[in-house]
Amino acid sequence: MKVEAKKLEVQTSTEPKTGADLLIDLLKKEGVETLFGYPGGAVLPIYDAIYRAQGTIEHILFRHEQGMIHAAEGYARVTGKPGVVIATSGPGATNLVTGITDAMMDSLPLVIFTGQVARSVIGTDAFQEADVMAITTPITKHNYQVQSIEDLPRIVKEAFHIASTGRPGPVLVDVPKDISAGFLTAEPEEASIDLPGYQPTTKPNPLQIKKLADSISKAIKPVILSGAGVLHGKASAELTALAEKHQIPVVTTLLGLGTFPADHPLSLGMGGMHGTYAANMAIYECDLLINFGARFDDRLTGNLKHFAPFAKVAHIDIDPAEIGKNVPTSLPIVSDTKEALTELLGQDIESPNSAQWLEKLGQNKQEYPLWYKHDPNGMCPQWVIEAVHKVTNGDAIVATDVGQHQMWAAQYYTFKEPHRWITSGGLGTMGFGFPAAIGAQIAEPDSTVVAIVGDGGFQMTLQELSIVYERNLPVKIIIVNNGALGMVRQWQELLHGNRISESILHSQPNFVKLAESYSIRGYQVNNQEELITILPEVFAHNGPVLVDARVLQQEKVFPMIAPGKGIHEMIGVKP
Amino acid sequence: MKRIITATVQDRAGVLNRVTGLLQRRQFNIESISVGPTETEGVSRMTLVVEIEDEQRLEQVTKQLNKQIDVLKVSDITDKAVVVRELALIKVASSSQLRSEINGIIDPFRAIVIDVSKESLAIQITGKPEKIDALLELLRPFGIKEIARTGLTALLRGHQPQVNELTHHTLLK
Repeated sequence: MKVEAKKLEVQTSTEPKTGADLLIDLLKKEGVETLFGYPGGAVLPIYDAIYRAQGTIEHILFRHEQGMIHAAEGYARVTGKPGVVIATSGPGATNLVTGITDAMMDSLPLVIFTGQVARSVIGTDAFQEADVMAITTPITKHNYQVQSIEDLPRIVKEAFHIASTGRPGPVLVDVPKDISAGFLTAEPEEASIDLPGYQPTTKPNPLQIKKLADSISKAIKPVILSGAGVLHGKASAELTALAEKHQIPVVTTLLGLGTFPADHPLSLGMGGMHGTYAANMAIYECDLLINFGARFDDRLTGNLKHFAPFAKVAHIDIDPAEIGKNVPTSLPIVSDTKEALTELLGQDIESPNSAQWLEKLGQNKQEYPLWYKHDPNGMCPQWVIEAVHKVTNGDAIVATDVGQHQMWAAQYYTFKEPHRWITSGGLGTMGFGFPAAIGAQIAEPDSTVVAIVGDGGFQMTLQELSIVYERNLPVKIIIVNNGALGMVRQWQELLHGNRISESILHSQPNFVKLAESYSIRGYQVNNQEELITILPEVFAHNGPVLVDARVLQQEKVFPMIAPGKGIHEMIGVKP
Repeated sequence: MKRIITATVQDRAGVLNRVTGLLQRRQFNIESISVGPTETEGVSRMTLVVEIEDEQRLEQVTKQLNKQIDVLKVSDITDKAVVVRELALIKVASSSQLRSEINGIIDPFRAIVIDVSKESLAIQITGKPEKIDALLELLRPFGIKEIARTGLTALLRGHQPQVNELTHHTLLK
């Protein structure tokens, strides 16, 4: 017995490195600390390498691939670093599709490794084979299928480079099993990036900056629109400095919340479908609209005919394809937002004469604030958000699903800082919020992280309750429970003749018992007093907590730009 | 409007799929596409003829193509001085009695007969798409059995005229 054991030891130490060992080495070299993964047949060699790496790289085992990729998105949103995902071939890969598309739409850096069947059987409909390359080509910034072990170092390096530079996005690397299980013949050489077709422009054209400076000084009604590009450029401080220096009011997009302090006197709040009256009217009436890193999404613009009809539009974006895509732009500037803002701050610009404009916008803010009416019959969802804001002092990282609760969180959780707001903006993915909050908590173990979710969306990815228990991640889950798919219900009520079609969730699990079955503390609250009583202990508890907040089902998100309407045609601006 | 767009691309797996998939997703209508290797190893060239409504959409298509990692350079050469060629193989129903008549038709087009059988002739023609269209019109009465067209390919002329002359050289508009 003893002899045999010794022999075995010798064998393992001389065993050559596999493609999978190399992959793990390369990930470490890229500075990857956490893997969001789920094993399976085609990635067994990779999991063997993770085992052999003996904890030098952390792997978090989620309960569903969709949960883990949303967690990786939350991680990427908070850190700005790529979230790294591993899934097996076939169903493992197809379960990632929603998250990959979500990351593509919201420009989140991800590097995704999918297993693939061995090269010898690709194309034969082998067990757990799916054409992941074809499936993910339109939803990734780029994708690769590894064809030889020697290519791995270059591909991994390029994947991280592409994901995290320029306009960030998801990059997928499909790894056939014979590559990950194959042996290296020699230690591979240091790879270099070979991407002649990918050279993002990050520095602005000085001439265009001069023109913009000139436009600013001539403007009478200037407005800044601040989007997610300001997050990616880490340019909030510069944006705030520019706004203050020249007294230009700021509208943020949904994803841009926090890029400019919402409680700043120059802040008009969020623009768009459920934005503030002051923000939308400022866009409608302005004579100069300076867009930093927003892509003029239709939920922001409303009917394009009425979007900033009197304005000269300047658009600063690192992605040239976004400029002029939806809104005609007279001042295009292809640049990183920070570079452009720094250049602008260095210009000698005469501040615009905007005193009257600011006064008018101030009046709009005063006269048309966000509103809701308390109801003796139950708890208002808006109030729940305000209560969470109060108890967290507005400093928490907030992740949401999609729908009414998302809009209320955007409206009533006043974000003062960037990278605190995690939401699915472009794709509008239900089930995003809770796992995204887990990813954020993994990235920042000491920060307060709140998942504000709907009862519908939460039921799409609640299986990840296992993770928060297992890792004791102190995520606070607030279910804004109206027993309905609230936004669908709202549209049916307002736009489809009150025909409430399949949008009421007639039966619900007992969320408290559900939490308890995962050994997580759960509370159900039905009114304001109960919520006020429990919230301090919820946030004082050093562990995950679920709060099932029963709110009024009829409550609607206002103000609202109905589909097809212009940005100046809002409904529900006043009680 | 019809535009001729060329794209040099890295010759990597899936690159054609990327380009055509992108155009389909963004709702651009591809009229023809031809692909082949270039003077540089590992680099291919695609020539696309695309039907586009307006300038704004044209700008989008070139920008979206440029955004692809494997795409090296995109040019809209429609308004440049270019040479444009397409090759077509046409199978025409033809008994032996009609052969000389068909020969008389294809001669001025500098087309040639490349296959003869009892009931049909195969004709090869090279030229601008309009020239091919014209020959097809003339052959139609004989009964066209099959057509195979390569799609257009193009090169910039060695000498480019000055900006003010450009519109005269537009081939497709």
